[in-house]
Amino acid sequence: MRTNIKPYMLSLVLSACSLICFAQANISPAKKQSKTIAITGATVHVGNGTIIENGTILFGNGKIISVTTNGQVPQDDVLRINASGKHVYPGFIAATTNLGLIEIEAVKATLDFQEIGDFNSHIRSIVAYNTDSKVPATLRSNGVLMAQPTPQGGVVSGSSSVVQLDAWNWEDAVIKTDDAMHMTWPVTPRFRGGFGRPQVSAEALAERTQTAINQLTSFFAEAKAYSEMGKPEVINTRFEAMKPVFSGTEKLFIAADGQKDIVAAVNFAKKFGITPVITGADEGYLVIDFLKNNNISVVVKQPHALPNNNDDDVNMPYKNAAILANAGINVVVSIDGYWQQRNLPFMAGTVSAWGLDKEKALSTITLNAAKVMGVDKTTGSIENGKDATFFISAGDALDMKTNKVEQAFIQGRDINLDNLHKQLDKKFSDKYEAEKK
Amino acid sequence: MKKILLAVVLVFSTTVLFAQQTTYPVNGSYDTRPGMFAFTNATIVVNANQTLTNATLLIKGQTIQAVGAGMAVPKGYVVIDLKGKFIYPSLIDAFSSYGIPEVATQARGFGGARQSVFVSTKKGAYNWNEAIRPETSVKTIFSADGKKADELRKVGFGSVNVINRDGIARGVSAAVTLNDATDNNVFLKDQTAANYSFNKGSSANDYPTSLMGSIALLRQTYYDAQWYGKQKEEYNISLEEFGKQQNMPQIFEADGWANVLRADKIGKEFGKQYIIKSTGDEYQRISEVKATGATLIIPLAFPKAYDVEDPAEARNITLAQMKAWEMAPANPAALEKAGIKFALTAFGLENSRDFWANIRTAIENGLTEKQALQSVTEVPASILGISDKVGSLEKGKVANFLISSDNLFKNGNIIFENWVQGKRFIVNKMDVADVRGIYNLNVDGISALILKITGTGGGSVAAIERTGVDSVKTTATFSRNGDWVSINFNLKKNPKGDVRLSGYLTAANPLTFKGESALADGSTGRFTATFKEASKETPKPDEPKPSLATGTLLYPFGAFGNAELPKQETVLLKNGTVWTNEKEGILQNADVLLENGKIKAVGKNLPAGNAKVIDATGKHITPGIIDEHSHIAGSGGINEGAQSVSAEVRIADIINSEDVNIYRQLAGGVTTSHILHGSANPIGGQSQLIKLRWGKSPEELKFAGADGFIKFALGENVKQSNFGTGLRFPVTRMGVEQTYIDEFTRAKEYAKAMSAKGNNVRRDLELDAIVEILNNKRFITCHSYVQSEINMLIHAADSMGFKINTFTHILEGYKVADKMKAHGIAGSTFSDWWAYKNEVAEAIPYNGKIMHNVGITTAFNSDDAEMARRLNQEAGKAVLYGGVPEEEAFKFVTLNPAKMLHIDGKVGSLKAGKDADVVVWSADPLSIYAKAEKTFVDGVAYWDIEKDAQVIKAQQIEKARLIQKMLESKSKGGRTQRPVSEAPRLYNCETLENYSAELTEQEHAH
Repeated sequence: MRTNIKPYMLSLVLSACSLICFAQANISPAKKQSKTIAITGATVHVGNGTIIENGTILFGNGKIISVTTNGQVPQDDVLRINASGKHVYPGFIAATTNLGLIEIEAVKATLDFQEIGDFNSHIRSIVAYNTDSKVPATLRSNGVLMAQPTPQGGVVSGSSSVVQLDAWNWEDAVIKTDDAMHMTWPVTPRFRGGFGRPQVSAEALAERTQTAINQLTSFFAEAKAYSEMGKPEVINTRFEAMKPVFSGTEKLFIAADGQKDIVAAVNFAKKFGITPVITGADEGYLVIDFLKNNNISVVVKQPHALPNNNDDDVNMPYKNAAILANAGINVVVSIDGYWQQRNLPFMAGTVSAWGLDKEKALSTITLNAAKVMGVDKTTGSIENGKDATFFISAGDALDMKTNKVEQAFIQGRDINLDNLHKQLDKKFSDKYEAEKK
Repeated sequence: MKKILLAVVLVFSTTVLFAQQTTYPVNGSYDTRPGMFAFTNATIVVNANQTLTNATLLIKGQTIQAVGAGMAVPKGYVVIDLKGKFIYPSLIDAFSSYGIPEVATQARGFGGARQSVFVSTKKGAYNWNEAIRPETSVKTIFSADGKKADELRKVGFGSVNVINRDGIARGVSAAVTLNDATDNNVFLKDQTAANYSFNKGSSANDYPTSLMGSIALLRQTYYDAQWYGKQKEEYNISLEEFGKQQNMPQIFEADGWANVLRADKIGKEFGKQYIIKSTGDEYQRISEVKATGATLIIPLAFPKAYDVEDPAEARNITLAQMKAWEMAPANPAALEKAGIKFALTAFGLENSRDFWANIRTAIENGLTEKQALQSVTEVPASILGISDKVGSLEKGKVANFLISSDNLFKNGNIIFENWVQGKRFIVNKMDVADVRGIYNLNVDGISALILKITGTGGGSVAAIERTGVDSVKTTATFSRNGDWVSINFNLKKNPKGDVRLSGYLTAANPLTFKGESALADGSTGRFTATFKEASKETPKPDEPKPSLATGTLLYPFGAFGNAELPKQETVLLKNGTVWTNEKEGILQNADVLLENGKIKAVGKNLPAGNAKVIDATGKHITPGIIDEHSHIAGSGGINEGAQSVSAEVRIADIINSEDVNIYRQLAGGVTTSHILHGSANPIGGQSQLIKLRWGKSPEELKFAGADGFIKFALGENVKQSNFGTGLRFPVTRMGVEQTYIDEFTRAKEYAKAMSAKGNNVRRDLELDAIVEILNNKRFITCHSYVQSEINMLIHAADSMGFKINTFTHILEGYKVADKMKAHGIAGSTFSDWWAYKNEVAEAIPYNGKIMHNVGITTAFNSDDAEMARRLNQEAGKAVLYGGVPEEEAFKFVTLNPAKMLHIDGKVGSLKAGKDADVVVWSADPLSIYAKAEKTFVDGVAYWDIEKDAQVIKAQQIEKARLIQKMLESKSKGGRTQRPVSEAPRLYNCETLENYSAELTEQEHAH
């Protein structure tokens, strides 16, 4: 019902929320794009590192038809949106998140992101992805339009999928099913300063880690051999799920933070003919050449983090992604958690503040993310033929001071930017306004 | 030979008595001997100040009869000629657990999880809390431990102070000798000192869980003991004993300089001067430690070098760990130089054999031998009040002394004998000939061999060599008993198999051994070994010499510490965008002048005068950020959650000036932090406001003259929805209300009783804090989430007659903003947190805006060490969510928290006369692109982004130097430890831990 409102009214309606307020349950997914739309006069942040000033974006049937500088709008029945003085960004992509797999951290019944067991390659996040979660709507209004819900826990956690954040159920949310297998490189646990030292010796801990690595190696070796069997006598669902990883149709994401662990994880995957994506990579800045030589993409987790060691540069977590990206590594920037994803734009902003060109920083939450998820052919930037998934912001969307999402499209659909928080804001602001009178 | 035989008899016959009486019956005939010995021709070190040469020591039984030079030995004395040898008083260890059974710690869950044990499980009329156990008396539980005594005697100790190291009030220690007599005969003093610590030990009670809880419990116990004497209703053995022990020496086991300061502060509060046992890091804050005036007991345990060969692992070792390795051996010297009285203890040594190596290391690092000797003799004797018996060699004192080959502190010195209570204990045989050297060895049936005897004690290791055709080199098994030797070796061929020699010393010049030989083929014969020449091999030193401490001290001791504290300067910040937070608003192209720690002027074109001018063109100048809700800079836990009310605990007691998060937050423009107790219970502890004066001591961080606050909390944490056993009251929001009603009701009755009966009322530190709230002398900041509970507390406050100053977190403040406004309550919230608990299901990022618009003093806080360093950005979110004007939004993290903390007269805005707490930003501080370039506190630039880059570089160089030094130490055979990565400890509202359990764990891990 909202998509038929004339575009020039839309931003007015959404920003002031002046007509009707919907309860969260009534924030419906938008209808399919029915008319070709032209956004004109905008500063288009393409997502690939470039900017088109005074750009015109023409899109129909959910796809981008053209992106031109100062372009003419060809047809008469095109809906025009004047975005002069405004910015258009590709929809931000939240990588490796448990969005939709959790509602409230402290309520066990809402936790669906961590299975028991160590080798859960058969676990798939998509089937638990909850489109009715109250969280995605709070992300969209900051420009986060896509996500990669990811299982966690164990050594091999299972497969993520890529979804868009305006859907009736997980089937229509899917952009790509089972895009990547996720695992965590076994490491020796760290201990808090001063107290809480391990009861076991450092040697015993190291041995424990080595045992875990040995088990992991066996799992991969046997899964690989299994994948080469024509018809196995006994079906092993875990090994079945590993087949696309070995054939290269599913990516392998390995969480590793320490410099040694990153190297070990990459070398491990290479033994099985896999080029992995490293997630976390806190000490990635120490192994730049290694990452480059092996053509490794990196998902830097949480630039808003404290340094791992007392002695580390206080601002190293802010700088890490910029150092890696400036060295020519394909860097994706992410943030831990699910509700926190609304701060994803500001992670990219931080990376820019600490050394990366602003448009390249934008790529870390758009095109670079699409690349590691294998969806860059259809999304991740504002380019011809790709999904019309982008938004209009009044100002720089990477800065909280100016991020102001006025209108957003997912696959051409003009989505509702309302959310629970705006509704509660209105409910109580109205109350106090009324009391004043 | 006679003497040796005598010694053997003495050691093995425990029923031999000197002329003394005993209550113990003897099985068989009495063997009472005079026990009179004269030690002649010795160098006698009477004490550290007096040495007699060519002197005589006379003892009778267990008592010294005379010490002097040129003395005739009366008849009846067994004369022991000590020509060339030394006599020292035996050492005294003031801190030992010798002869005490190992304390069985109560089974607690992992990491000391709570069991919900609220009162003592000890049967009898004892204290409510098991950690207060002054009734423990070592004299009733001590029993000599032969094996341990032998170990300590070998080091040179003759007596020790025995402490039962269990609990916070640990009861009375006793001094005993290390004689192997019956327990009845080893006591030097049955009550030496009352003992204390911060570790609750084996106590099964949950309380206290934290360091500040331990402190509070001890403090309360002093008051309870005072009250106990005045009342007649309660009989309490613990309090009675506690009271009786107040006139004894008081020994406090603290761990590290920070706890030395903490312990001393408690002592001073109650007019006590504790003797403090610490861990050896006092050099890091020597002047503060000296200022305590405490006599210290210091271990000789020094950190081992880290194994740094793998650079990736070496990265895990902190600068602090490396520097401590280098500098700790200089700690005793630093204490001496500072004029601090201290004893040295062997306690905490991994192996007591390290004692001498370590004391020599300390001497090489500047400790004088005189001080070293005093610290192991006279000082511990005086601490324990046993100077009349031990610690020096004087007539009438106990015959506890050492016989050594040389100066006690000289490398290679051998302790021959340790006499305890006139009883001889042989450590190394004294009269054994030195047989080390190279010998010509002739064995029947074997061609000529060379025998080499080396090793300690005049020879303990042998090797065989043959040159020429059948050249061979092999080690031999060598054993020696007096003049008897046996030598086994295997030459592999000519002959095959073992060769066994057994013989004795037949001549002294040249040294000659003769005896029987036996070969593997069964043939026997004779052998002769004749001294040829001295062995060229120098004896191996027992420890590689450590290189001396050459590093500089840093304040704090570790990364980003200052060798010299940054100084207060007169600074003119020129031509910036100045956010005044005053009615002048944001000034463009304006200046701020800082002088004497204050803001001198704010305005355009200010004259520079002598000021250092900093060009702030294009930059933004703001007041420093104030964090209303922080948990950094604390030690030993920030929650004392074992009881539903813990108003008696004080964050002020546990401020940690060394927390690197102080520096990290300066880098984010924070200048003042309100360090709060956690939220585990409805009434938490008293908070402490600090300024981030990086490098200063804990006391110097405190914000002077600020009002006291206290943490309250509501909701899921206090009803323990997500942790705990669910047994501690309250478990519902209904119970939370009644906790307040009950506590304030009791506080009112208490205040009334106090004013009526004064000192006869039991002083209750918990209720004192509540009474302060009622009297508007302490202010509440209350952790709160949902509207029902917020409303409830407002009602409780109204009905009980107290005020709520601030609701912190207050995520549903937007639902009750009108009520808060009507009560003048401030709101300090998160900018955008939600969904992490059920009670934040309706937390919205517009909360700040709504409260602000309703007219509430609104702030954004961190509760998180990471977020605290970008609170400026959190303020920026007030612009994002709800369009709060920029100037007002920035006040959320500056002026508004200053107001709610009652410090807006000093900080929070840029105004002449206020504290020079100022930040220079690279851009609009509300923007993600802004970096704090300089952060001034009191006009001191504790953070400077350019200086930081230099500091990081200097740190790398210093670490490289230390790594090099550690590698050298390892290559010389020094012991190393594997690097264990330590992540910095972070606290938030919900952090729970068990301080005591961790202290104990840490000790066991070492």
